[in-house]
Amino acid sequence: MENHPLEYDYTVAKMFMLTTIILGIVGMLIGVILAFQLAYPGLNLMLGEGLAEYTNFSRLRPLHTDAVVFGFTLSGIFATWYYIGQRVLKVSMAESKLLMFLGKLHFWLYLVVIVAAVVSLFMGITSSKEYAEFEWPIDILVVVVWVIFGAGMFGLIGIRREKSLYISVWYYIATFLGIAMLYLFNNMAIPTMFGVSDIGESGVGVWYHSVSMYAGTNDALVQWWYGHNAVAFGFTVPIVAMIYYFLPKESGQAIYSYKLSLLSFWALMFLYLWAGGHHLLYSTVPDWLQTMGSIFSVILILPSWGSAINMLLTMKGEWQQVAASPLIKFMVLSSTFYMFSTLEGPIQAIKSVNAIAHFTDWIVGHVHDGTLGWVGFMIMAALYHMAPRLFKREIYSKSLMTAQFWIQTVGVVLYFTSMWIAGITQGMMWRAHDEFGNLAYSFIDTVTVLHPYYVIRSVGGLLYLIGFFMFAYNIYKTMSARKVEESELQNATPMGA
Amino acid sequence: MDIAQLQAYGYFTLTIGLVLILYGYIYHLYSKKKDVDGVDYESYSNMALKDDIDDTPVASMSEDKAPKSAKK
Repeated sequence: MENHPLEYDYTVAKMFMLTTIILGIVGMLIGVILAFQLAYPGLNLMLGEGLAEYTNFSRLRPLHTDAVVFGFTLSGIFATWYYIGQRVLKVSMAESKLLMFLGKLHFWLYLVVIVAAVVSLFMGITSSKEYAEFEWPIDILVVVVWVIFGAGMFGLIGIRREKSLYISVWYYIATFLGIAMLYLFNNMAIPTMFGVSDIGESGVGVWYHSVSMYAGTNDALVQWWYGHNAVAFGFTVPIVAMIYYFLPKESGQAIYSYKLSLLSFWALMFLYLWAGGHHLLYSTVPDWLQTMGSIFSVILILPSWGSAINMLLTMKGEWQQVAASPLIKFMVLSSTFYMFSTLEGPIQAIKSVNAIAHFTDWIVGHVHDGTLGWVGFMIMAALYHMAPRLFKREIYSKSLMTAQFWIQTVGVVLYFTSMWIAGITQGMMWRAHDEFGNLAYSFIDTVTVLHPYYVIRSVGGLLYLIGFFMFAYNIYKTMSARKVEESELQNATPMGA
Repeated sequence: MDIAQLQAYGYFTLTIGLVLILYGYIYHLYSKKKDVDGVDYESYSNMALKDDIDDTPVASMSEDKAPKSAKK
């Protein structure tokens, strides 16, 4: 062993790469089914009346969101952490048996959580809080997994050779701390078996059921403080961590301004936590809090664009790389969608705009241009960059990757444009009234009008899913593609025709 | 003054305080250009660009912790 040159150990990164792809397929497939169910409600019974309980929209919807958030995205975050972490800290996981053990334990326990979550959600066991549907036994297991992830992260930082922490590491730390805080507070619940009813019954309900520790408006406030910041610390912060590493590395360009990256980091941390109130505009929360939610959402443009522009400027003078490399294309478009999405969000958070946008499909469109365009593209790009380094082989097919890029881009565009039109149409129709204040339309009128857009959205989602299958196939074939030398892996990723 | 008003004033004060800290940080970054170790912030990009295990760290933790392969 003494004479072996030290190498980075990507065992755990590979494991999480596998779950990123599998859970991505599961989550996106369910998403496409849901989209078609909205366009063609008969599909709620696609497996017959007997199985309708398991195939209806409301049973599948949390499975879609949780599979893409806690399955695809989280796995992607973990996979990239176990890759980037070692490299920028210049320390190998092979140097510590403990860290290696923690990494593997992290993966296997995570898998247990995923299985428990999928089974329980399919059975209809839910705490009924959006993006926080897991009941308390699973929540406790989630906390254990998260603590192990953190212990591994800080352990690796503890034995680092590089004194300073690269900007991506800051973002990963923020992901860990942010989600830890959010998840703990929002999931505070009391198992019903500890409760006593009005007439003195105790041991009410099934053992795994619980009720939130908060009630009414407070519950809504905590829920959307969580909900919006889950977007912050799950869909923004760790994805920024990825692009700050992978785009400079793949293009061979230093970050345009490292100082701007530090500044954007602290500004993002400062602003994001206060913006959740915009989910509760025109609700029963105090008016000043709603206004502050709006204001912070608008100011949030600054740090978001700070990071996104920093990434685009990193490509200054090197734009030919965007044309030449589909991998750079993914990242540049991802950064562009980040800019787009972080402009759209603040616009929707303005009170007068929100009066039209709230509860409509425009919100769904906004979420998806962020998640499909920004999160999905960046995670796939990260895996495309990592795969040749993990397997010491070139990417199986560049042309397949390029085709995937265009198919998915068209998919995302169809998705958000149809939802813009559908959402604004919906918002306007709900508000329309005659001179006496009578509503001009009934709900079913809006449903009829929106049908074509729901079909277009389904097609957009389907195109994205097809692209994701192309991605999975390309990665799978990469495992047996042409072997490459270490020297070919410095910057631009080697790709077969 | 009821609790809601107090909360609002507290929130406003905290916001102003944090804004001042953030602008102070911007001023510090762009006027000093270097961190406490005297390393130019911009050179930290090299942590990603030169990230092989035997590449020289931008700022090393300590001499004796250089990777085994680099010692050869």
